[in-house]
Amino acid sequence: MFKIVNREEMAQGTIILNEIEAPRIARKAKPGQFVIIQSHEKGERIPLTMADVDPDKGTITIIYMVVGKSTASFSKMAVGAEYFAVIGPLGKATHIEKRGKVVCVGGGTGIAVLHPITRALKEVGNHVTTILGSRNKDLLILEDKMKKASDVLHICTDDGSKGHHGFVTDVLKDVLAKDDISLVVAIGPVPMMKFVSSITKEKGVETLVSLNPIMVDGTGMCGGCRVSVGGETKFACVDGPEFDGHKVDYDELSKRLRAYQEDEKKSLEQFEKKA
Amino acid sequence: MAVKEKKQAVPRVKMPEQAPEVRRRNFKEVPLGLTDEMAMTEASRCLQCKKPACVEGCPVSVDIPGFVHLIAEGDFAGAAERLWQKNALPAVCGRVCPQEAQCEGNCILGKKGSSVAIGYLERFAADRAREQGGGALPEVAAKTGKRVAVIGSGPSGLTVAGDLVVKGHDVNIFEAFHKPGGVLVYGIPEFRLPKEIVASEVKTLEKLGAKIELNSVVGTTITIEELFEEGFDAVYVGVGAGLPRFMDLPGENLIGVFSANEYLTRANLMKAYLFPEYDTPIARGKNVVVLGAGNVAMDSARTAMRLGAESVKIVYRRSREEMPARAEELHHAEEEGIEFVLLTNPTQFFGNDEGRLVGMECLKMSLGEPDASGRRRPLPIEGSEYRIDCDLVVVSVGAKANPLLTNSTPGLGLNRWGNIVADPVTGKTTKKGVWAGGDIVTGMATVILAMGAGREAADSIHDYLTRGW
Repeated sequence: MFKIVNREEMAQGTIILNEIEAPRIARKAKPGQFVIIQSHEKGERIPLTMADVDPDKGTITIIYMVVGKSTASFSKMAVGAEYFAVIGPLGKATHIEKRGKVVCVGGGTGIAVLHPITRALKEVGNHVTTILGSRNKDLLILEDKMKKASDVLHICTDDGSKGHHGFVTDVLKDVLAKDDISLVVAIGPVPMMKFVSSITKEKGVETLVSLNPIMVDGTGMCGGCRVSVGGETKFACVDGPEFDGHKVDYDELSKRLRAYQEDEKKSLEQFEKKA
Repeated sequence: MAVKEKKQAVPRVKMPEQAPEVRRRNFKEVPLGLTDEMAMTEASRCLQCKKPACVEGCPVSVDIPGFVHLIAEGDFAGAAERLWQKNALPAVCGRVCPQEAQCEGNCILGKKGSSVAIGYLERFAADRAREQGGGALPEVAAKTGKRVAVIGSGPSGLTVAGDLVVKGHDVNIFEAFHKPGGVLVYGIPEFRLPKEIVASEVKTLEKLGAKIELNSVVGTTITIEELFEEGFDAVYVGVGAGLPRFMDLPGENLIGVFSANEYLTRANLMKAYLFPEYDTPIARGKNVVVLGAGNVAMDSARTAMRLGAESVKIVYRRSREEMPARAEELHHAEEEGIEFVLLTNPTQFFGNDEGRLVGMECLKMSLGEPDASGRRRPLPIEGSEYRIDCDLVVVSVGAKANPLLTNSTPGLGLNRWGNIVADPVTGKTTKKGVWAGGDIVTGMATVILAMGAGREAADSIHDYLTRGW
């Protein structure tokens, strides 16, 4: 169970793709849903939104950036290795419907999460404009697939090595000014989702964001993933992971994501010493 | 002197324990168990009543005089076998049941002196059998060809599975976590219930033929409808309560405010107290406050102490008398230096610039007239606000029903709190072929009550499978 059947290194090896055998999950998973994944018995339970599923093959695809000890240990697993646990599909699926003109904004590994949603939005007949952002051209992932899933594709890099020199929000402002957009889906780092939401809020354009707070069980039991949305506490694992971008308290979310910063550093250092 | 008086004159055995100043900093089990001699002496105090009131007090009707007599005779293996006839988890029950309110609370010896230490003896017999390689397994009836899906591997699910597998049915247990045991592994700390004991009791079930599918969230990974399509003839839902309650106070989402579920799951299931050997971190508070006064609150407070806290306070809005935790848990907590701050209710939490908890505001309370629960209602004393400095708060004020499974199961009747409606005797739900029991039906209760519900449901499921709905 949970065997890795395909592994790809993206973005100069900092972002890894794993296609994993998980037939029951693959049969059920819909765009926007996530899995909890654990590499070994002593490992952490890490939530990751699925980048793709293949129900016929019985596999799911995750794409993650190597940032801490757990993702570093995931990245050492070769094709044929097995994850200790994969649990899902969890969370609510994205509500996909024909809205007219939509914009999908993705940053970093958020692009992986955005891909199945973008594809589904296009499949039901939306006109999809996609804006992807990354620090530089080498860190950009899934460009071809996103191109296929979109009617118009814009690329932004912080250093100008590809596409627009600057942030996704610059391009988004242009698109919103020119077109009558009915929905924006933004998935990426918290600051990106925050800035996108503040722009769309001004324009009154409905915006969905996908949140990835610290989580343990993923089924609503622990309450660790709580986020403030419109002044109410929500559990990202069961009420989300997608929320109305205009209502999320991003500052609280950013702070909560740093809860274990010191521990994570210590853990990674120890892992690197051993490796 | 009559036999009864003689037996009353023998003092009740005291179980040796780790000293409080030592155990408050380690996760090893607190009570150390009885010696053979202690167990035999204690067992011989039993009056062997013709109409044993203790059995009436036991939700799973263990033959208490029977197994106690076998211990008195020195037949420990026989005692364990007798226990297993009615109880799939004796080593667990011997440790975590509220005996004082059940078997021991009914013991005739307890009327004038002290009751027989039935819990200690149950634990003793089960532990001896395990140490000697598990003892004899109960006999399994001929295969019936019927298949039962048990959802949740906590105390009620394990009881149902044990009962039905012995009756010859094929049983598959579906567990959402990566380890079986439910609340026994994520909720109850190692120092109260060593995890190897749960693992061993689960292994016994597997030896009997029950299969366990881990990492399976019924409701999302697979639905109850799909289980029937896959050929299961009956389904038992024992998924526990599920969602933590918070108090809706300002500042509750600060870093450092945890639900007891999260705090205990990190510590117990994920073994965060062994971080960084285990990867899951846990907040180690210096000044810890636990809100609530049930067994889960005591477990949280004692865990915080073991994780190195300088001070741990239980903050509770009523008085000592109303604290719902078992007397033994309160006693153990106090011995370990947990402070009880009673008649006190939190009103808000304070944080620093990083969003980390630094303190809380409380109001002092007084007790008014009894409320619907029969307990005196706590009333705030105006102007009594004061601050408690703390860097970790564990909210342990109960749980509500998790809707993951119930929302995905059409035809399953729920009450207004989202708990499954089930017949109080048989556990039958409003959906044909589906039974339910434990906390998802009753709201948060005890391990043994969940097991009792499992026992009744197993009997009813067996009737259904052999005779029809």
